[in-house]
Amino acid sequence: MAAVGPSVFLLMVNGQVESAQFPEHDDLYCKYCFVYGHDWAPTAGLEEGISQITSKSHDVRHSLVWNFPIDVTFKSTNPFGWPQIVLSVYGPDVFGNDVVRGYGAVHVPFSPGRHKRTIPMFVPESTSTLQKFTSWFMGRRPEYTDPKVVAQGEGREVTRVRSQGFVTLLFNVVTKDMRKLGYDTGPADMLRVEGQGLTHGLPQ
Amino acid sequence: MIGSGDPPGNFQLDIDISGLIFTHHPCFSREHVLAAKLAQLYDQYLARCQRNKAKFLSDKLQALRNAVQTGLDPAKTQKSVDITQKAINEYKSEIRQTRKLRDAEQEKDRTLLKTIIKVWKEMKSLREFQRFTNTPLKLVLRKEKVDQKADAEAYEAEIQAEVSELLEELSEEHEQRMEEYRAAYQQWKAWKKAQRAKKKKKKHAAAEEHPEEEGEEPLPGEGPVKPVPPEPPSGAVLEQQVRERAARSRRRPGEPTLVPELTLAGSVTPNDQCPRVEVLRREDVKRRSVYLKVIFNGKEVSRTEVRPLGADFRVHFGQIFNLQIVNWPESLTLQVYETVGHSGTTLLAEVFLPIPESTVVSGRAPTEEVEFSSTQHVTLDHEGVGSGVPFSFEADGSNQLILMTSGKVSNSVAWAIGENGIPLIPPLSQQSIGFRSALKRADAISSIGASGLTDMKKLAKWAAESKLDPNDPSNGPLMQLISVATSGESYVPGFFRLEQLQQEFNFMSDEELNRSKRFRLLHLRSQEVPEFRNYKQIPAYDREIMEKVFQDYEKRLRDRNVIETKDHVDGHRAVVAKYLQQVRESVLNRFLIAKRHFLLTDLIVEEEVPNISILGLSLFKLAEQKRPLRPRRKGRKKVTAQNLSDGDIKLLVNIIRAYDIPVRKPVAGKFQQPARSSRTFGEKCAASPPAHSSPAPSADYPLGQVLVRPFVEVSFQRTICHTTTAEGPNPSWNEELELPFRAPNGDYSMTSLQSVKDDVFINIFDEVLYDISEDDRERGSGTHTRIERHWLGCVKIPFSTIYFQARIDGTFKIDIPPVLLGYSKERSVILERGFDPVRSLSEGSYITLFITIEPQLVPGEPVREKFDSQEDEKLLQATEKFQAECALKFPNRQCPATVLDLSGKTVFVTRYLKPLNPPPELLEAHPNNPQATAELVARYVSLIPFLPDSVSFAGICDLWSTSDQFLDLLAGDEEEHAVLLCNYFLSLGKKAWLVMGNAIPEGPTAYVLTREQSHYLIWNPCSGHFYAQFDTFCPLKSVGCLIGPDNIWFNIQRYDSPLRINFDVTKPKLWKSFFSRSLPYPGLSSVQPEELVYQGSDKAAAAELQDRIEKILKEKIMDWRPRHLTRWNRYCTSTLRHFLPLLEASRGAGVEDDHRAELLRQLGDYRFSGFPLHMPYSELKPLIEAVYSTGVHNIDVPSVEFALAVYVHPYPKSVLSVWIYVASLIRNR
Repeated sequence: MAAVGPSVFLLMVNGQVESAQFPEHDDLYCKYCFVYGHDWAPTAGLEEGISQITSKSHDVRHSLVWNFPIDVTFKSTNPFGWPQIVLSVYGPDVFGNDVVRGYGAVHVPFSPGRHKRTIPMFVPESTSTLQKFTSWFMGRRPEYTDPKVVAQGEGREVTRVRSQGFVTLLFNVVTKDMRKLGYDTGPADMLRVEGQGLTHGLPQ
Repeated sequence: MIGSGDPPGNFQLDIDISGLIFTHHPCFSREHVLAAKLAQLYDQYLARCQRNKAKFLSDKLQALRNAVQTGLDPAKTQKSVDITQKAINEYKSEIRQTRKLRDAEQEKDRTLLKTIIKVWKEMKSLREFQRFTNTPLKLVLRKEKVDQKADAEAYEAEIQAEVSELLEELSEEHEQRMEEYRAAYQQWKAWKKAQRAKKKKKKHAAAEEHPEEEGEEPLPGEGPVKPVPPEPPSGAVLEQQVRERAARSRRRPGEPTLVPELTLAGSVTPNDQCPRVEVLRREDVKRRSVYLKVIFNGKEVSRTEVRPLGADFRVHFGQIFNLQIVNWPESLTLQVYETVGHSGTTLLAEVFLPIPESTVVSGRAPTEEVEFSSTQHVTLDHEGVGSGVPFSFEADGSNQLILMTSGKVSNSVAWAIGENGIPLIPPLSQQSIGFRSALKRADAISSIGASGLTDMKKLAKWAAESKLDPNDPSNGPLMQLISVATSGESYVPGFFRLEQLQQEFNFMSDEELNRSKRFRLLHLRSQEVPEFRNYKQIPAYDREIMEKVFQDYEKRLRDRNVIETKDHVDGHRAVVAKYLQQVRESVLNRFLIAKRHFLLTDLIVEEEVPNISILGLSLFKLAEQKRPLRPRRKGRKKVTAQNLSDGDIKLLVNIIRAYDIPVRKPVAGKFQQPARSSRTFGEKCAASPPAHSSPAPSADYPLGQVLVRPFVEVSFQRTICHTTTAEGPNPSWNEELELPFRAPNGDYSMTSLQSVKDDVFINIFDEVLYDISEDDRERGSGTHTRIERHWLGCVKIPFSTIYFQARIDGTFKIDIPPVLLGYSKERSVILERGFDPVRSLSEGSYITLFITIEPQLVPGEPVREKFDSQEDEKLLQATEKFQAECALKFPNRQCPATVLDLSGKTVFVTRYLKPLNPPPELLEAHPNNPQATAELVARYVSLIPFLPDSVSFAGICDLWSTSDQFLDLLAGDEEEHAVLLCNYFLSLGKKAWLVMGNAIPEGPTAYVLTREQSHYLIWNPCSGHFYAQFDTFCPLKSVGCLIGPDNIWFNIQRYDSPLRINFDVTKPKLWKSFFSRSLPYPGLSSVQPEELVYQGSDKAAAAELQDRIEKILKEKIMDWRPRHLTRWNRYCTSTLRHFLPLLEASRGAGVEDDHRAELLRQLGDYRFSGFPLHMPYSELKPLIEAVYSTGVHNIDVPSVEFALAVYVHPYPKSVLSVWIYVASLIRNR
């Protein structure tokens, strides 16, 4: 079997949802989940997670730190539908109702290595000012029917969103057998080292 | 560095338009035409002189000859002969090429000169002929004296050199040919020898005739022709040829060199000396003026002043336009406009200007002349020759000429220089590099726009128009592109290529792509082909893809055009199934795009703004009891079916209770058998009801069991769940069963879920325990019983109904076979209820169920789209208004005023209702009993198979077919059945309406309402059953509107349950009618046919079908019992077969007792359990499913025997009623 070569490649992602910047909000928690294409399947680790509630630091930065670990491994036959991590941040409003404070999504980095990503977060807007007031009053802000829509392009044209806050993510990405299947994702210098193999390095 | 730090908008393009010259204009006189021609030729001449190609080639030739000479000399002394020889050969071939080129160039030069002189002569003669001069053009031929002797020597030397070269070439060639000749000759000789061997007599004569020299006459004969030796080159002939050519293309020796000079020194004849037509022409020219528009990226940015056209057809503008731009320009165009007097402005032509390179800046840009031409046709009534019209210089009108308006704009385009000396050029990064840069030199893109590149015709035209020099190496790539793309200048592809560069991005050919299984799979998946829509993890390599993946798909493609007669026993139905499939596909394709439209609510959950009533309700809720005595089910959060996977969806079936389950009759033991069989008919009738009304366990019940021990088994997608066993005819289970749901192909999208065709079968069984202890002595120490289950009846609910209703809650009539051997209904219960005579109509067993899907799925919304219609616009508006009013008052009551017909057009609903004649056979059956006739007609309609639109059209729309279409298709849903039944009733003289409302389990549906003398009857058109208005078990739960042949009445009563409403449509307070005094009924014509034509029933076909069904079912039962022997009891089968027609005749009523007696008499010592099933015939699969769901085959008693009989009763229009009697027999010990 090994002689034939691999039929799938593996993508191992670990890292963490490090921190967030939400200047107007406090006591937030976040959820994450992965969205991926048909040819992808998780093999190990957790696809979804929900973090602790964190409060703002008292220093000047006012950052909300979760340090919430992510650790998941995917296998796939096709880079199409590369996994995206979808984040949604929630927190209490003035009346104590949990409302959504932001949605955001980003692709898992393609190349192996350590990557830091800061993604802007957004929330859907109310359709009218009256709606806005009642949704504020009743603590039922407009929400996506499914957070995963932020990873898809379909149907966005009917929505309006407002941007608020940032979340910083750290990814450590390891791939296996990508190159054997003919996909080069590594940075240029790695390509040279691995692609040419040992013989090149030896004195001739 | 250029402009990279500059803010955008600081770039400037200077366009200097200095003037315009017409090379042809409608107002040209003949002389002008010639003058233009002359000027053009002269320009050409000047250009040629400047390049002086002939001179260049002559020099080259001289140099090559010298090289050959010097190359030959050392060849004699040195050893490397082959290298020099090779070089010399190359030189020689090059000399040959160059000579040819030079000769051509010289000839051209000479012809040009000749043409110039000819045109000038023509012009002179024209001036003389017309006796005036229009143009100041004057050609002077300057003769340059040459040294005659030297010239003649050079000429002669040239000719001699050429002759000697040619001679050499020719002799080489001759040598080669001789070589060939010799080889051929040898071959021919060999063949000849062979011939000779055969013919010995001719030996000598033939041999003498073959000397080695040339010039021999070949022998006539078959075989290879004797080769002819080539002629040697002759120097004299060659010299003659060379001299002729030289005379043609070269100046004769001693002849002076002619240098033409064109000057504008001539004088133009003043107006008063010209004839009238010429004066008119000149006046017309004066009235004309010209201006230019500057079009930048397709937008007009500025225009020049309007300048009058001069008599010399030159216009001077001398204007500079400074264009402030932001981006790298796409295109730059000048439009030439001409105004005549005060009349109008016409666009003469467009001139595409090249975008200057970044090195071209103001002040350094050369003035360029860009040609333009127009296709306008102008005929003038004076000396002007016009444009696009034929004219001639000859008096007799021969040698006609057509000229188009054309001209040249002299302009210069350059980038401006900013204050600090930096050119104001947009950054180079804005230009798309790549293929554009290859072409940028020629600036084709800037002159015809990037889109012009898609059109090779345009490009070629531009190349021709701008006199692109094909020999200029800088134009190489462009010319190559043009010649490759057009393969000849005139060829223009007759198509438009949408993605003209697609070819270059293809990394493999289409065939290869199709051959690759992986790409094919990916392609099919992205096309959303049903088989592959949710295909997970397409393997990375072809070799890992099994061929069988495509089998189903390919089979489906193949079958699309082939009528499968295997699945459809009856040919007609096969055709119909295929037709329906096609309608379905076309409709689905039509709606595919519409389904992509999203609404805000699909994506975002947003609370509605509360109004007073909601606030009031929520206040009221505060005071509500926390634990009410009669709790209500709460609504659940809906889940969009997009992110679900296998195992996420469950079907919850809550079985609450059942009423009036049939109870067992005492089984006749062996010893009781004689007594039982000897009973008379009357005795039995009298004895049976009281016997069963006393439920006290008697000795007859095995092991002292109660009347009946029913349990419910729910089967869905071949998953089976069952409840515990309850006791008695009115059991209460109150159990929740959970069945997993699997979507086809793991696809949980809305479309896929809507088209799930599976049914939920709810079967009621009786659990019977039999003591099988062999010996009475064992009874003390242990029990040894066998459990048997007897099927009592079933309820069948399609999944699509559950999906669309979200939940199904109600009491359903159990479909109990008309004959259930060994069981009887507890008539006493019915008699107690019988205070209402109407209620007894609905005798039967009932089961209360609650079915839902967990999590709750959102059913697809109907497509929000308008369809075209042939209805009157006013009527359609009235319809919309009516519907809006109705929806405002009672949003839950449906009121379809317009419906879609099979072709997708909107049709007013009353057009469907019209008295239509039922089959005459049905009318003849009960001539004196209208009620029986009505029932028979209802039965006939119910026998037409039911096929929901929602399954095929996925809730997108509900198509209504007319009754004749319905009868032809032999399939339809509730509306079609109801329309047909209503039409029949109307024709029988009844008062009948279509009832649109909600029923269980169908949901929104159509029923038929008839008015009898004193009461109303509600007919279920799909089952043929009818209910009185006040029947609590009537499946119709709400009434939205009534539809008659000439009006629609909307229910505006407070309640909508048929039990609580008044059906008197004449009361406007209760029923809002569509047509009223304000909008009278316009007398809409019906879409139904005048009359329905029925073919007689085909008994032979029915008999054949009957045999086939029986055979197939028997095979199936044997298949389902793979581990047991299946014995068929022929005797019993024949008995059953005789009994089935009786059942059909009586429609399953009142024959049970006779039948039982008959069976008992014949099969006395068997324990018999079986029942007849009845259904309309559509195809085989439902029949098989129905037999399977009864579980008859599950009996595994070793000595069991089976009996199966099928009866197909044909009705007109090949409507078939199928009876299947299945039974198992166990011999009593």
